[in-house]
Amino acid sequence: MSFEIIVCGGLAPDPLQTLEPVPGPALKNEMMLPAVFDPWAAHALYEAAHLAAQMPGSRLRVVCLAPKAKLQQVMMKMAQKLPFELIPLDGPSNGFSDAGPTSEALAGAIQALPDVDISRLLVFGGWESATRGAGVVMQMVGERLGITEQFLAVDEVKVDAGALVIKERVEGGQHMVSRCAGPPAVLAWATGSLPEPPNHPQTGMANMRTMMPALQKAAAVAPANGVAYHEVALPKVQRETRIVKDLSAAEIARELATWVKE
Amino acid sequence: MQPLTHAPTTETLKTLPGDDIRQVLWRMEDRYDLAMLVQSVRAVARGPVARLVAGGGRLTHDWTPEKNALLAEFDAAGITAAYMDPDCGGYLEGPKNFALALIAFELAWVDAGAATGSLAGCLALAPIHEKGTPEQKAHYMELAAPGPGKTPWRGAFALTEPIPFVGVETGMLSGRVRIAEWNEGEEPILEVTKRGRFITNMGFANFVTAAVDSGDERIQGSLMVILEEGDPGTFDRGAPTKKLVHQLSSTSDPVLNLRVPAHRIIGGYQIKDGKIMPTYNHGEIIEAVFRRTRVTVGVMTSAKLLSAVEPLIRYHRDRFRGSGAVPPGSPRYEFGLQMKEDVTHRLIDIWAAGEAGASLGFAAARLFDDLDPLERERDRLLAEQGIRGGMAALKALKRRNVEAIEFLDQEAKLPTLRDQERYEALKNDPIVQSIVLDAAANVLCPATKLWNTGYGAQVMREAVSLMGGYGITEDCPGFLGQKWMDAQLEATYEGPEAVQRRQLSVTMTNEVFLAQYRTWIHELRRAGSRHPGTGACTLATAMEMWLWTLNHLQHNQDAEGAKLYQGNRQGVTFPLADALCWLVASRAQILDVEHLAEVGPRNPALVDGLDGTLQFLRDLCHVQAARAAGEVSRVCSELVFGYRRHPSWEDTECQSCFAENELTALEALVPGASGFTSEYVLDDGRHESKAGPCARHEDLRDFAKLRAKLDGCMTGCQLTKDRAAGALTRVMIPAALDYPQ
Repeated sequence: MSFEIIVCGGLAPDPLQTLEPVPGPALKNEMMLPAVFDPWAAHALYEAAHLAAQMPGSRLRVVCLAPKAKLQQVMMKMAQKLPFELIPLDGPSNGFSDAGPTSEALAGAIQALPDVDISRLLVFGGWESATRGAGVVMQMVGERLGITEQFLAVDEVKVDAGALVIKERVEGGQHMVSRCAGPPAVLAWATGSLPEPPNHPQTGMANMRTMMPALQKAAAVAPANGVAYHEVALPKVQRETRIVKDLSAAEIARELATWVKE
Repeated sequence: MQPLTHAPTTETLKTLPGDDIRQVLWRMEDRYDLAMLVQSVRAVARGPVARLVAGGGRLTHDWTPEKNALLAEFDAAGITAAYMDPDCGGYLEGPKNFALALIAFELAWVDAGAATGSLAGCLALAPIHEKGTPEQKAHYMELAAPGPGKTPWRGAFALTEPIPFVGVETGMLSGRVRIAEWNEGEEPILEVTKRGRFITNMGFANFVTAAVDSGDERIQGSLMVILEEGDPGTFDRGAPTKKLVHQLSSTSDPVLNLRVPAHRIIGGYQIKDGKIMPTYNHGEIIEAVFRRTRVTVGVMTSAKLLSAVEPLIRYHRDRFRGSGAVPPGSPRYEFGLQMKEDVTHRLIDIWAAGEAGASLGFAAARLFDDLDPLERERDRLLAEQGIRGGMAALKALKRRNVEAIEFLDQEAKLPTLRDQERYEALKNDPIVQSIVLDAAANVLCPATKLWNTGYGAQVMREAVSLMGGYGITEDCPGFLGQKWMDAQLEATYEGPEAVQRRQLSVTMTNEVFLAQYRTWIHELRRAGSRHPGTGACTLATAMEMWLWTLNHLQHNQDAEGAKLYQGNRQGVTFPLADALCWLVASRAQILDVEHLAEVGPRNPALVDGLDGTLQFLRDLCHVQAARAAGEVSRVCSELVFGYRRHPSWEDTECQSCFAENELTALEALVPGASGFTSEYVLDDGRHESKAGPCARHEDLRDFAKLRAKLDGCMTGCQLTKDRAAGALTRVMIPAALDYPQ
């Protein structure tokens, strides 16, 4: 048994590189930050690669809607982590992208693939996004593709006699276990359990031989924005960054809890 | 000429230059293989390496399991294999000089010892890669290539560091090779004795490429030989060197006494008249090796300077935050020490030096990438003519210098004025092209090693001082104190500063280099015309002054009649070499920013904020160019005037000085007539109170004009610095340093 796994993802400003607000006229512009593959989608990708490796003959593709110049930069890192094919869509990827047009673009790109076997299709993606936690894009992609088996906040998937055994996060720190007869299905991932794979330039070189031509030919997508934003303001936050060494996790947690209570 | 495209902009730097900017500046925007390598190395540098440094891994001289674990990280991240060709387990096509420089840069951003450790393996392989036989290359590259489930062989390079205080001259090899056995019809067995000092990677090396001299009349000259840990005899790794720096690299003083078959001689050998004749002596091999690897060392120090920028800005801004006495929102709270001009001005100097060094180092590395294939083709063509290395090759190449200069002349012309057919012929001649690039490489390589590390170490001290007492603690963000100390070693190993100056004093007078140098002056004038404000024009004038001075020194004598520019007159040659380094570094920086200005607007990833970034980087160029011009001006003045004897009141010409009253009378008759002389005798017979008559040098009018012109070229450079310093107070930086992770 093998799968056609397609991971949907976008980009987000590197969360480790948040800019320090500076007073004065300079506008905080997070799009100037280095971008990363959206962390939620990245978890989905790691899990997808793991599943593909377990199921010989499986194929792993990534549909990514993002400005292609930024996407190229991000692929310099992501392409080293695991083998996959990239289907880039050149378009916006930020907190002002609306879920409807975004899902339309992603689903359209999947439908346009000439060689997708829908009976083996698993569509993976992030449960939500680091740029905007709408949490609905993957469901809408599934609806547009006519896939009704949808699982949200997935942390684990196993294959058991051809069926998918899926753990979804539910309230109270619990997991709900479902059994799905098989593909097609949409799995919108939470964090999963796999760590970020280490960089492997040889894998990257192999990936980039196909990714660079794909990036150059990436179709421009300008999703019609159905939402107008009348005003945007940054939350007023008091930043208290502190760098500490040799502090145990328990001590950090205790300190955070105290701070929250205050 | 292109019309002026420079439009003053009010934009300024918004964020610190990221990878997308660096890729264009350093001409790797089309090299995704290198971009990936950078990401991969960075993850190791700012992850495991940074954690080890933060955890106190540098505090012991011993090669610990924690340090050893970095080797596996290097293997997994593709750092070890980056040196290999694809058919030997590598993944990068073509020459690797630029790739190795980028690896060094990324690792040294956090810890230069880690960079040294990774590069020392390449250094051990380099003699085999550059001059080894095909069999040696295939065998050792295969052994050294990492692979799944395979622990690669690691090497050390042992040249000639003598044990101190035992009367050994550094120019002599401390190893000997003799013939232990040579049975009729069989391969000779060599006995190699080598004591090394300060040998990197020796704590774990599986093989050593060692330079040794013949200790047997049946072996010709010197050679390099491969020694393996399993060879019969003594393979004593020696005690760890008690070095104060680069503690993440393994360094020890090995004692090697081993028997090896003669086919381990690097490059092979022939037997003539019962004598072993190595194909290459050790000098030919190490020249091929060091001229490349020295560039990476220079790049390491520049990485440190650039790595210091972000922690310094953060420290200065945050300096007074958290104090109850300084309320949020007040200028003192928001800007901290950046309210003080000195802080921002000094940081601009550090940043500018780092940019210039990186630009120079990467330009040199790219130049070697261009040169590598040309060299191989040149050697092949010479071999077809029966010329195989050594003096014969040097003579053959020197005869072609005329054509190399002709090519440069043609290239400097507008295409419409060129003899296009002749130009194309010279451009496609690999020997001519190799001569041109070789002449530049022979200057840029030692310049990178000398200036980046030597001046870089001074500037790194400045960076430490800008961190206050924090700077010299282990907890200093960015490990600035450690980086400062490490820089001193970088200035020393792979040829200390005097060696680089010595090399420059020869190569910078090469006629092919000087022909290029003249074209560089015009190139900078044109750049200054297109984009005023980079200091390109200032630099061009300084370059003219340097050239004038070199010519003057080469054709004049000192007050004693001794020749000024000669090999052993290091008081002349070495400062002039230092001055040249300032010039080539500043030039490289300007050219990189010019390239960004040309290419950047076409890159959608750069458009946002590009104007401000360009403005700031140009300001840095201007600051650095002015500094370089000042240094050159100082050095040239000292050399041009300094070897003349100052006139004395005792000199014969002073015996005929006018008397004061004579001048007064003359002035009464012809007002202004006394202006022709500044020296006179007072009524009491004494001269005025000074050391002697003011020195006058009618023959140096051209030099004086150049100096006056250069002084004028400094106009505006401090205004530029003010603007750049202002940008430092507004630039947005990450909330915290991204290492250790």
